[in-house]
Amino acid sequence: MTWINIGMNIIVIFFLLTGTFFIFSTSIGLLRFPDIYTRLHASTKAATLGVAGILIGSFLFLYAEHGIVSGKLLLGIAFMLLTAPVSGHMISRAAHNSGVKPWGDKVEDEYEKVKNLKSE
Amino acid sequence: MPFQIVLNLIIAVMWMFLSESYSFASFFAGYIIGIFLLFLLRRFIPDAFYMKRLTKIISLILLFMKELILSNLEIVKLVYRRNPDIKPGIFALPTELKSNWEITLLANLITLTPGTLTVAVSDDNTVLYIHAMDIDDIDEAIRSIKDTFEKAIMEVTR
Repeated sequence: MTWINIGMNIIVIFFLLTGTFFIFSTSIGLLRFPDIYTRLHASTKAATLGVAGILIGSFLFLYAEHGIVSGKLLLGIAFMLLTAPVSGHMISRAAHNSGVKPWGDKVEDEYEKVKNLKSE
Repeated sequence: MPFQIVLNLIIAVMWMFLSESYSFASFFAGYIIGIFLLFLLRRFIPDAFYMKRLTKIISLILLFMKELILSNLEIVKLVYRRNPDIKPGIFALPTELKSNWEITLLANLITLTPGTLTVAVSDDNTVLYIHAMDIDDIDEAIRSIKDTFEKAIMEVTR
């Protein structure tokens, strides 16, 4: 066990722990936030960084321990960044179109106004 | 830009054949040499030097990473607060971007930035409807989106 190995392990552990922490926060946020839109805030953002952190950690581990450059993990991060916002957008749009109101009293909703104008 | 990339690839393959080692390393070396040659001959080749655009794309990606990390810290702060004093709402953001590609990119960037989530795009592609965690500082949100993201996207695509 050399110092380089120990340093590499610390970096890998750091990435894995931050990734896990963000995913854990996502699930707490899903439970605590009041309505679907705020919950989507939690799940689209924190989950993206959490999964990215775990993938980076495993990429570094594979490279340091076995000398494998795993392109799959990097591609996974790229696709995560591409697809998470799109799915969040589609879910929130579907929710709004099926009539879910944002949480709170006297809430400002420009999209609702525009939709009402169109249907008249 | 496509012409320059093809030229660069041809130089890289040529370098691979000239040095008679058919590996990724020599291809990469050839590609670097191609970039250098294109840089030297940039005034005789049509269109701007394509590395300039590439640096802009890279800076956009870096901006994206920065905003992603900031927004995550924001969300985590909200998650663990005892009484999250949030006031959500949906506001409209008029945009100057035209093509589908640009608007998709902008919507994705907005979704991954602090406190905002794209809910819908109007039918004529001119207005984005955005759900904000805190509706009170929308003016600031609109200004920051316009200043940073729209500008960065425009620099890449135009």
